[in-house]
Amino acid sequence: MKRFALVCFLTALLAACSSGVKLDPASVEDRNTSALSTNADANGGTANATSETNIRSVDLSASNKDTAGPAGVERIVFFDYDSYSIKPEYQAVIEAHARFLKANANRKVNLEGNTDTRGGREYNLALGQKRAEAVRRALVLLGVSDNQLEAISFGMEKPLAMGNDEASFAKNRRTEFSYR
Amino acid sequence: MDRVLLRASQGVSQWVSQWSKPLWLAVFWLMALPAWAQFRVEVTGVGLTQIPIALTAFKGEDPTQRVSQIVQADLERSGQFKSVDASTPGVLDETSRIDTALWRSRSADDVVVGSVTKLADGRFDVRYRLVDSVRGDELLAQSFVVPAPDLRLVSHKIADAIYEKLTGVRGVFSTRIAYVTKQAGKFNLWVADADGQNAQSALTSPEPIISPAWSPNGRQLAYVSFESRKPVVYVHDVATGKRRLVANFKGSNSAPAWSPDGKQIALTLTRDGGSQLFLIDAQNGGDAKRLIQSNGIDTEPTFSADGQFLYFVSDRGGSPQIYRLPLAGGAPERVTFSSSYSISPSVSPDGRWLAYIARVNGNFKLYVMDLANNVANAVTDTSADERPSFAPNGRLIVYATQIQGREALMTTTLDGKIKARLSGQSGDIHEPHWAPFKTP
Repeated sequence: MKRFALVCFLTALLAACSSGVKLDPASVEDRNTSALSTNADANGGTANATSETNIRSVDLSASNKDTAGPAGVERIVFFDYDSYSIKPEYQAVIEAHARFLKANANRKVNLEGNTDTRGGREYNLALGQKRAEAVRRALVLLGVSDNQLEAISFGMEKPLAMGNDEASFAKNRRTEFSYR
Repeated sequence: MDRVLLRASQGVSQWVSQWSKPLWLAVFWLMALPAWAQFRVEVTGVGLTQIPIALTAFKGEDPTQRVSQIVQADLERSGQFKSVDASTPGVLDETSRIDTALWRSRSADDVVVGSVTKLADGRFDVRYRLVDSVRGDELLAQSFVVPAPDLRLVSHKIADAIYEKLTGVRGVFSTRIAYVTKQAGKFNLWVADADGQNAQSALTSPEPIISPAWSPNGRQLAYVSFESRKPVVYVHDVATGKRRLVANFKGSNSAPAWSPDGKQIALTLTRDGGSQLFLIDAQNGGDAKRLIQSNGIDTEPTFSADGQFLYFVSDRGGSPQIYRLPLAGGAPERVTFSSSYSISPSVSPDGRWLAYIARVNGNFKLYVMDLANNVANAVTDTSADERPSFAPNGRLIVYATQIQGREALMTTTLDGKIKARLSGQSGDIHEPHWAPFKTP
């Protein structure tokens, strides 16, 4: 109720600023709609005069630029067979991502756990989740805020390597950092 | 010399006149062979007690889609029937007098005759009679009027009626199966007839689809989709294509299973950390209620048809095994012991049998367990079996596997004796699920 009153007030203000628009319920809605579409235009990148309607435009394209995460840092952590703990050689990678996430508190990352291509799909989804959770826990222990992290699993569904040999299996047992 | 030639030529002409009629029949049969071969179901194995039945060609049936052939394939696939030679010198139909002596001489217990007639309005009048060839009694006589697209369906309905009449068990030939294929980087969720034919795509996606599960009324499919780069659960109405996102909690959402009354869906969520079992309202989504707790992975829930038990997979004991939770209350009880890795449970509708996949010496094999005594038997000789699903009459199991390196959709009788390979879409075939009998 409070928000609606605020919207009405602001709209009345806007109506007063423009020329000749009567303030009645219908035009409140119209004003709102046109304000929204103006916003949408801004997001689409067309040059537009926001000053008239006093709307602060939000440009999403900026956040599309940097989904790569920390530059020069490995995005994939590999796991041994039937193992869900992080090997010592990946500790530095985890620490680098943790530093980045702590320095950029507005950035979020999906931790995508995977398994090799042997076994049942749903059970492998759960095993992949364990690999994603292992990385999540490690990041949280290093001070990263949990709300920047989402641990999910692809199970055996997105293999990097398609072969039926140990080398391919090893390439698929992994957690990937997927920055949003 | 002339006499030898004359006698030889007489012999030849005698031979020709003696064999001309069968020769012509053979030529005609060979010409028809390709169309017939198209519908030949790959059925292997020998069953213990099979009813010998003669499915004669229906008068007027389309040679490229023979009603009698579809019926024959259905009955053979059930494992409970054996086709005997049904060829006759003339064409029979449902009005023909049945020569019981002929059929007894071919060891047939029963014979089916019928006809397909195109009507003026373009529809088809399909009629048949099932006759007991031992006593000559008429057991069934039915007629249908259907549009052309429903000729396959009416063939399946005829097979159902014959099957039920002679075995006392409801037929599943008019039911459907769902399965997923991956081909050229695209994933499809197919809905096909129980013989694998007539597949239609319910969903096409560039990202994986897994774990399709039919609702109890046979109208909706729940499944896991990775289209938004994380596993989430949809409920999808197959007739309209309308779908609802019912589980998108933090983390992974998967393994949907409908309660027998269709009101709830059990599923695996990782929102509290680790894969655990929850219940959500099937129609309204909303919040999820935690079912049980464990320190390991709990997944692949499946309800018994009477709603008494929830079977599921858990590695709380150190390795994935199948457990049974009494829904009225009590602790889960372990059900599988013979392998160090048992997953993907499916319970028969009568609650007597459990089908599942066990890893044995690195191979993934379909097992069927008698729940009365927990004795389990391997029922295949393949080594990459996946996700079994019982037919709604509990007499067959559908599963995916690889045969000589090629993906295959298979059905088997519970004793493993009769197997049939279903015609399926090309590509990697996975995750079959047998639809229930459709409720009106």
